[in-house]
Amino acid sequence: MADSTLVGLQHGEEHHPELLHHFAEPQQQRDAASLGMWVFLATEVMFFGGLFCAYLVYRRWYFGDFGAASKSIDATLGATNTAVLICSSLTVVLAVWAAQTARRMLLVVMLGITMILGLAFLGIKAIEYKDKFEEHHVPGASFSFENVPIPGHPGQFANPRHAQIFFSLYFVMTGLHALHMIIGLGIFSWLFTMAWKGRFTPEWHTPVEIGGLYWHFVDIVWIYLFPLLYLIDRHP
Amino acid sequence: MSMPIATTQPVERETYLNAKYGVWSWLLTTDHKRIALLYLISITFFFFIGGFFALLIRLELLTPAGDLVQADTYNKLFTMHGMVMIFFFLIPSIPAVLGNFLVPLMIGAKDLAFPRINLLSWYLYIIAGLMMLHCMLTGGVDTGWTFYAPLSTNFTNTKIVEAGLAIFISGFSSILTGLNFVVTIHRMRAPGLTWSRLPLFIWAHYATSIIQLLGTPVVAVTIVLVAAERALHLGIFDPKLGGDPVLFQHLFWFYSHPAVYIMILPSMGVISEVIACFSRKRIFGYHFVAFSSIAIAVFGFLVWAHHMFVAGISVYAALVFSFLSYAVAVPSAIKVFNWTATLYKGSIHYDAPMLYAFGFLGLFSVGGLTGLFLAALGINVHVTDTYFVVAHFHYIMVGGALMGYLGGLHFWWPKISGRLYPEGWARLAALVVFIGFNLTFFPQFLLGYMGMPRRYYDYSHMPEFQILNVLSTAGATVLGVGYLLPMVYFLWSMRYGKPAPDNPWNAAGLEWKTASPPPTFNFDEEPVVTWEAYNYEELDAPPRTQEVPVGR
Repeated sequence: MADSTLVGLQHGEEHHPELLHHFAEPQQQRDAASLGMWVFLATEVMFFGGLFCAYLVYRRWYFGDFGAASKSIDATLGATNTAVLICSSLTVVLAVWAAQTARRMLLVVMLGITMILGLAFLGIKAIEYKDKFEEHHVPGASFSFENVPIPGHPGQFANPRHAQIFFSLYFVMTGLHALHMIIGLGIFSWLFTMAWKGRFTPEWHTPVEIGGLYWHFVDIVWIYLFPLLYLIDRHP
Repeated sequence: MSMPIATTQPVERETYLNAKYGVWSWLLTTDHKRIALLYLISITFFFFIGGFFALLIRLELLTPAGDLVQADTYNKLFTMHGMVMIFFFLIPSIPAVLGNFLVPLMIGAKDLAFPRINLLSWYLYIIAGLMMLHCMLTGGVDTGWTFYAPLSTNFTNTKIVEAGLAIFISGFSSILTGLNFVVTIHRMRAPGLTWSRLPLFIWAHYATSIIQLLGTPVVAVTIVLVAAERALHLGIFDPKLGGDPVLFQHLFWFYSHPAVYIMILPSMGVISEVIACFSRKRIFGYHFVAFSSIAIAVFGFLVWAHHMFVAGISVYAALVFSFLSYAVAVPSAIKVFNWTATLYKGSIHYDAPMLYAFGFLGLFSVGGLTGLFLAALGINVHVTDTYFVVAHFHYIMVGGALMGYLGGLHFWWPKISGRLYPEGWARLAALVVFIGFNLTFFPQFLLGYMGMPRRYYDYSHMPEFQILNVLSTAGATVLGVGYLLPMVYFLWSMRYGKPAPDNPWNAAGLEWKTASPPPTFNFDEEPVVTWEAYNYEELDAPPRTQEVPVGR
C-alpha cells in the first residue's frame, strides 16, 4: 500500500494524462474507480438476489416439478458453459497481470481469448434455448410439459403449470445473465481496442481491473445459476 | 453574448454560472453544480405535473358524487400522481438537487467522483421522464403506483410496460447518483475532514445512498418480471398459473418501503444543518444523529411487510414485522429529540429555512406517530386502505420530505444562485405551506378513521364525509399557492435579488467558505479542515483580541 501511494504521488507531480482534474493523485482516482465498481456489483447482487428469492420460494413449493423440469435441460451443455466461463475468468486474471507487468501482446491476446470464450458461452446458450424452443418448453401459449415423471416418485407426473414457473425463472435468470455477458463483451471489446493501441501502462490500467471485476461477477452469478437450474435432481 | 467591462466596474468574478454560456455548455456539463440545476429544473417540472393530478383528485372529491371525471380517469389520476411524485420528484428531489450541489462542496472536493456518470444519471432521468410523459399522454396507468399483480399483469389494459420501463430507467439514474455519493464520501474528503467531522447532511446522504444502492435493484428486477409476465405470459405472479401474487408484494415493498427513507433521510440531513445554524449551536448528540441515519437505513430494510398485514401473510411474520416497524421509531425519535435539545437555550433566529425546519419537526412527528398506529396489527386492519394511510404518508413525504426540500432550497439558495431571496415573502410562503398542508391532510386522518376508503372517486353513499373533503380541497388550494410563491420569488431573485455574500447566515460548513456562487472547481485552494462540525460557539465567540478587564 505504501509503495503504491508513493507511485501515485510521483505521477501526480508528472500530471499523468489519464488523471482527471478533480482527483488529487492517481491513487485516489484508482481507489475511487475500484470502489465504484464494487459498489455497483453490490447493486447487481441485489438485482439477481430478487430472482434467487423468487426461485427459492417456488423451489420449496413445487419441489418435484422443479426437479422434473430441471432434468429436462441438457446438463452437458451447462457444464461445458461452466468450464468455458471458469477458463475466461482465468484469462481475465492473466490479462490484468499482463497489464500490471507491461506485457502488451499478452494483454491483447488474453482479452481476445476472454471474448472468444464469452462468445462461445453465448453460442452454447443459444443452442440450449433452441432445444428448449423445439421441446415446447418456452413459457407461453405453446408450452407443453405433459406426462413428465417426477424423479424419485414413480407414477407421479409434474404439473405443467408449475414446471412452467421453473422455465419462466430459467429464461429470466439465464436471459438476464446472458444480457450481462453481452454488456461484458461490449466492455471487453473497448478494452481490447485500448490495449491494442497500447494505452494501458503498469501505472494506469484501471479499466482492465474494473472491467475484470465485472467479468468475474458475471461468472460468479453463473456459478450459482448452474447448480440451481441444471443440477437439482441429477441422481439416476 | 458580449460583456462590456466598464472601467469603473470591477471585472465580474468567474463562477460556475458564468464560466461558459450556451445550451451545450449546460447539456454537456460535468460540473456537479450545473447538473444540480438541471435536476432542479426537471424535477420542478414534474412536481407541477404531479401537483396538477393532485389538484384534479381534490376537485373530484369536492362533491360526494363522481361528477368531474369518470372512474377510470380517476384511477389513472391517482396512479400518475403517485408515480410522478414518487419516482420523478421525491426520490430525486433532495439528493439529486441539493445533494448533487452540496456533497462535493461540503467535503471540500472539486466534483463528485464520477462526473460523467453524474451527467448520465440526469440523462437517464430525462429519458425516463419523457417515457413517463408519453405514457401519460397516451393513456396512462390505472393500477395505483404499486403495480400490484395480478391486476397489473393480467387484468389492466393500460400502459404497464411503458410506465414500468420508465421507472426502471429512473431507478438506474437513482442508483448511479447513490453510487457517486458513496464513492465521493469515501474517497474525496478534504484533508482533516474525518467521518466524525462530516456535516450530518453528508451522513444522511450516505445512508440514503446505501438504500438506493441496495433497494432499487430489487424493484428493478420486479418490474422486469412484471413486464415479462405481461408481454410473454410467464406465470411467476399469476395465481392461475401457480404463481404467487404475494411474492410480488414482498419484492415490491422490499424496495418501496425503504424508498420512503430515500425521501425522508436527506430531508433530515437538511434539518440538522438548518437547526444548528439558526440555533447557533452545535447539534446536540452529533454521533447519535449521525448513526441514527444509518440505523434508519438498516431498519428500513426489515419492515417492508407492514404494508401487507391484510395480504394474507403469516400472523407470526406479521408480529415480527410489526415489532420491527416500532423499532424504526427509535432512531427517528432520537433525531427529533436531539433537534429539540439543540433548540434548547439556542439563540434562535426565525428565518425562512428555520420556519420550514419547525414545520418539519411538527409534521414529521405527527406523520411518524401515526405510523405507529399503522404498525400496530389491530389498528392496521381497521385503517388499511383508508384515508388514514393517505394522510400518514403525506405527512411523511410532503410534510417531512418536501418541507425539508423547501427549507434546504431557501437555506442554500444564496450559495446556488449568488442572490438573496426576499425574506418576507419567504416567511409568508413557509406559513402558507404549513397552513395549507395541515388543512389538506389533517381532515384526511379523520376521514380515514371514520372509514373513508382511499382510491374511491365517488362517496355519495356517505355524504357526511363531504365537509372534511371540502376542507381538504380548500387546503390543497392554499398549499398550491404556497408552492407557487417560492417558485416566483426564486426566479425573481435570480435577476433582482441582492447579491449574496459568501456566508449570509454566518453558517459553519465548508460550502460557506467558498464564494457565492462557487467557482467551477469549488475552492480556489484545497481546504484543510481543522475544526469540528457545527462550531457555532467558536464562530459566534467575540474576537480574541478583546481584552477582558481584570477583576470583574
